[in-house]
Amino acid sequence: MTEIVKRASAGTMESSDVYVEIEPAETGLTVELQSVVQKQFGASIEAVVQEVLQECGVEKARILIRDRGALDCVIRARVEAAVLRGKEG
Amino acid sequence: MSKVVKSLKEAIRNAGLKDGMTVSFHHHLRNGDYVLNMVMDEIADLGIKDLTVNASSIFDVHAPILNHIENNVVTQILCNYMASGVGRAISTGIMEKPVQFRTHGGRPSDIALGRTPIDVAFIAVPAADNMGNASGKFGPSACGSLGYAVADAMFAKKVIVITDNLMPYPLPDWAISETYVDYVVTVDAIGDPKGIVSGTTKITRDPVGLVMASYAAQVIKHSGLLKDGFSFQTGAGGASLAAASFLKEIMLKEKIRGSFGLGGITGYMVEMLEAGCFEKLMDVQCFDLKAVESIRSNPNHIEINALQYASPAFKSAVVDSLDVVILGATEIDTDFNVNVHTDSNGYIMGGSGGHSDAAAGSKLCMIIAPMFRARLPIVRDRVHCVSTPGQDIDVLVTQGGIAVNPKNAELTERLKAAGLPILDIRALKEKTEAITGTPDPLRKGDRAVAQIVSRYGEPLDTIYNVVD
Amino acid sequence: MRRSLLFLPGNTPNILINGNCLGADAVIFDLEDAVAPDQKDAARILVRNTMKYLNFRGCEVIVRINSLDTAYWQADLDTIVPQKPNWIMLPKTAQASDVQTVDAYLTALEEKLGMETGTVRMMPLIETALGIENAFCIASASKRVGALFLGAEDLTADLRCKRTKGSHEIEYARGRMVVAARAAGVDVYDTPFTDVNDPEGMAEDAAYAKAMGFTGKAAISPRHVETINAVFSPTAEEVNYAYEVLEAIAQAKAQGRGAISLRGKMIDAPIVTRAQQTIAMAEELGMGKGGQA
Repeated sequence: MTEIVKRASAGTMESSDVYVEIEPAETGLTVELQSVVQKQFGASIEAVVQEVLQECGVEKARILIRDRGALDCVIRARVEAAVLRGKEG
Repeated sequence: MSKVVKSLKEAIRNAGLKDGMTVSFHHHLRNGDYVLNMVMDEIADLGIKDLTVNASSIFDVHAPILNHIENNVVTQILCNYMASGVGRAISTGIMEKPVQFRTHGGRPSDIALGRTPIDVAFIAVPAADNMGNASGKFGPSACGSLGYAVADAMFAKKVIVITDNLMPYPLPDWAISETYVDYVVTVDAIGDPKGIVSGTTKITRDPVGLVMASYAAQVIKHSGLLKDGFSFQTGAGGASLAAASFLKEIMLKEKIRGSFGLGGITGYMVEMLEAGCFEKLMDVQCFDLKAVESIRSNPNHIEINALQYASPAFKSAVVDSLDVVILGATEIDTDFNVNVHTDSNGYIMGGSGGHSDAAAGSKLCMIIAPMFRARLPIVRDRVHCVSTPGQDIDVLVTQGGIAVNPKNAELTERLKAAGLPILDIRALKEKTEAITGTPDPLRKGDRAVAQIVSRYGEPLDTIYNVVD
Repeated sequence: MRRSLLFLPGNTPNILINGNCLGADAVIFDLEDAVAPDQKDAARILVRNTMKYLNFRGCEVIVRINSLDTAYWQADLDTIVPQKPNWIMLPKTAQASDVQTVDAYLTALEEKLGMETGTVRMMPLIETALGIENAFCIASASKRVGALFLGAEDLTADLRCKRTKGSHEIEYARGRMVVAARAAGVDVYDTPFTDVNDPEGMAEDAAYAKAMGFTGKAAISPRHVETINAVFSPTAEEVNYAYEVLEAIAQAKAQGRGAISLRGKMIDAPIVTRAQQTIAMAEELGMGKGGQA
């Protein structure tokens, strides 16, 4: 299991990017998503975020996503980078 | 004799405006227009209600119209374009009667044929004399052409000209003749020059836009249409202008002299005229200062009205002689139907303007648009609403390839032979979705908020309210 | 065929995701100068994902990693190599041992990942005075080295001279790079032209590089790609001449003649090789006889 020990962020609010913030939580995963393509891709973005967190072994964290129309590969990269930054001591 | 009356209120009273009538406006002052709001406030003050507003376009500067809708002063809107601020409110279903969208050619047709009669036309003009001869070329609020106002002047029962620049009779070089005008009103300012014309319209620096523009110019080059006498129209979007600038290079290099450039005119089209790419510009609307200056001073830069520009009701229109037009799209479907009315969430944020007219009249109608914007693919199975029917669209140019409407077998072969990346529109859709993923379909509400009327006056599609 | 090499900033999604549509023969995902030190971690993950999930077919992928004097280069390689980039560009390469250090690291990584040794090639970026003087040794330091790349901006700083549009200050460096690369049997790429508002200057600079023997040229702006491609493509005239050379050779062979001349000039082996290269490139570009695309 990967523990998130501090608040960390990755990405930007530029077009086609996504800003991801992660912080420690007592229990479980909460994902708060805001996206310019919420109606068309909201569900799929949430699934991708969950998948990356699982791959990274994160079980407890609060994640905030501000999506500006990023592709899946970008969302994956930004979530992974945020996790990497949040787990370091 | 003089037609000048002392106030707008007096002109409205004299014109006999009553509950349930139709008033009209043009959009040459674009987002700098003061007149529509000024007039509607006076009308509301007079206690007149239940009006139909027939405006060639509604911009966000006209947002106060929402209050008049709420107070039942305005109960229906007819327009050719509606900007996103007002469009968003309309899309939530605030009006009982749906908005009617027409095209720049269809609107004057329907006015002339009596399908959409106008009781009182309010025509803002940058210059007028005391008998109502009026022009867009002079004065602090100069906008150049007044092409969209002419049908209103010709066919409305009463015509009120509103100006901030009363000039001595007779005004030279008028667009609207005194023969149509009932009253002249002077006001402090008809608009804010900053919102009327842009200082400059800029070519895109966006790399994707430049790739599309380069493809677009190549499509024209190899279409078989680029020869002496060539005629051309393009929008004012960054990529369209870049395409025009690439086209200019090709025309100069190959010494091709075109006959005319058409449409809403930007400084880039003026440069093409001055460089000798065209004999004439036919101008229904000026987009920037350079265009305004040119229409005032260059005799080869000719003002035309919307009837002559694009109306199918008359014996011919300039679009019927048009070779190539470059247009935009928010969505296009696999049958080449184009949506320029609604945004990705289904909110109204535009309209056909001259889109459908130029598409129908031209020999080659090309859409240029990126494969996707903010992850939303441009090619869909079905557009949210049809603004321009697919039968009038010939080519879609994206950075990821060029799709040709299958009805154009010969053009497809020509472009393939030129080495351009041609692919089936369905293949382009798949290629795009491989990058973006497939978007979930939008849910539509069950309440019609707008009717799209074709340029021939037939119902084309319906826009429904947006639900969350 | 690599005529144009387009730099793409490694932490900018909206440019990366369209990198394969900009007409360049190769893209250079830049993890070095285009990425701020505190974003190196995020950029290498973003570049890895771009390579992993998007299709760059028809467009070679070069990744410019951080230089050996940083703490980043191993992590760059660890993250990027599993996606099999065609090339690794090593900035500030100054001597053969720099190449060998990265070569050894790549070999170990390839082994670990079950990739054939040498899958990932190296394109040393030479941008110091020492690097220029060692160019031949660098080019022949490892079988992985397939091309040299000249970086004139850092070089002129090192030379303590001003970088000018006339480029006289890099004349020697350009010449030396071409000679060294060709002597070692590898390709060689010219430094980008940095003014995006001077298309004529760009075209002249590219034509000069071609005339000196460079294989192609880098671009920092997509607006330069089309010009570079045009300059480094064979002209219709060159293609026609190449076909004439090969026909003359074929005729001479059929007639059993040894010495061959065309348009009054002797055709020797190098001319034949050049003709074959030109035709191969023309065919790749879809140019037929007469040079029409």
